[in-house]
Amino acid sequence: MSAEPHYTLYHPRWYRRRVSVWWWLQNRSYAWFVLRELTSVFVAFFAVVYLWQLRALAQGPEAYGQFLARLKTPLFLALDTVAFLFVIFHAITWFNLTPKAMVVRLRGKRVPDWVVIGSNYAAWLVVSGVVAFILLRG
Amino acid sequence: MPSTVALTVARYRPERESEPTWETYEVPFQKDWVVLDALNHIKDRLDGSLSFRWSCRMGVCGSCGMKVNGTPKLTCATFLSDYLPGPVRVEPLDYFPVVRDLVVDLTDFMRKLKQVKPWIVRREEKPLGEGEYLQTPDQLDTYKQFSMCINCMLCYSACPIYGLEPGFIGPAAIALAQRYNMDSRDEGAAERLNILSEHDGIWQCTFVGECTKVCPKHVDPAGAIQQYKLTAATHWVKSLLLPWGTR
Repeated sequence: MSAEPHYTLYHPRWYRRRVSVWWWLQNRSYAWFVLRELTSVFVAFFAVVYLWQLRALAQGPEAYGQFLARLKTPLFLALDTVAFLFVIFHAITWFNLTPKAMVVRLRGKRVPDWVVIGSNYAAWLVVSGVVAFILLRG
Repeated sequence: MPSTVALTVARYRPERESEPTWETYEVPFQKDWVVLDALNHIKDRLDGSLSFRWSCRMGVCGSCGMKVNGTPKLTCATFLSDYLPGPVRVEPLDYFPVVRDLVVDLTDFMRKLKQVKPWIVRREEKPLGEGEYLQTPDQLDTYKQFSMCINCMLCYSACPIYGLEPGFIGPAAIALAQRYNMDSRDEGAAERLNILSEHDGIWQCTFVGECTKVCPKHVDPAGAIQQYKLTAATHWVKSLLLPWGTR
């Protein structure tokens, strides 16, 4: 137990435990939670790279060529790989929480969680398919 | 099967010690015993000074919540046989001030619970002569899950946000607010929105999800909070687009 007691006003003898700095190592869900919080930085990184890409695109073919060359450097390849894995991690955890936030009712009955999650994945597949079709066609 | 099992229990006697200590008791092992039975055995036969709360011993009253081997549990529903060969570590719930041994003070929760108005709010009560407020089974079904809360405080003890931000209204109080918000007979959603959408309301929750996992009554407070976030966000967007329409 932590060494320093923290007293409650008017009840100096009540004992209040301090939250340990290592609370997030106490169980797996806490660790996953902290991982989710910290790795959101990589999602932001992905968004910034995307904005940077749009800017390069607007500046013309030469700037865009430079942008692509920079993305091929080992540093960016490594960063992108890590960021991609964490973005996938966020997409999956996000889809899995949707039935918690959205209760869908059909004819008064609650639609089972797996249907809500499944329709998200299905939409993800369809959108990815359409994007792939557009890219590969040209 | 062992004949005895060791229980390591947190003791805090404010007149004797300035911080909690551990004490180990050897209790007879019986396969139908729950942790609460072992604690009662200690109190009856080994050490009458051990303090803890309990009442119904059937998972209804919500009094006997403690941490068993680090996880918040109702001790009346936690079998010793699941923790063999022991020792079984029993502590008071986290984040509440410890009054004595395994007894914590719940005043903070009681105050927060009252803030969210967990009762049916009517703009105007109809006269008794008109009879009761009727509800269909489907309408009951929308909030029934949240009404199962027994205020056992396991969810608060599992919530690191409540530990780090003691102002947070917390899982059970928000789930109970949602229970009344979703009740077809209630008209108090707007009053509760003011409290729930404040800084210490739903937005403190970053969805650790552990409250739902430890809930012995399957209330799903994490779900209640996320659903309410959606409601509050929708309300906010509506108030931006139609500033005259939301009040």
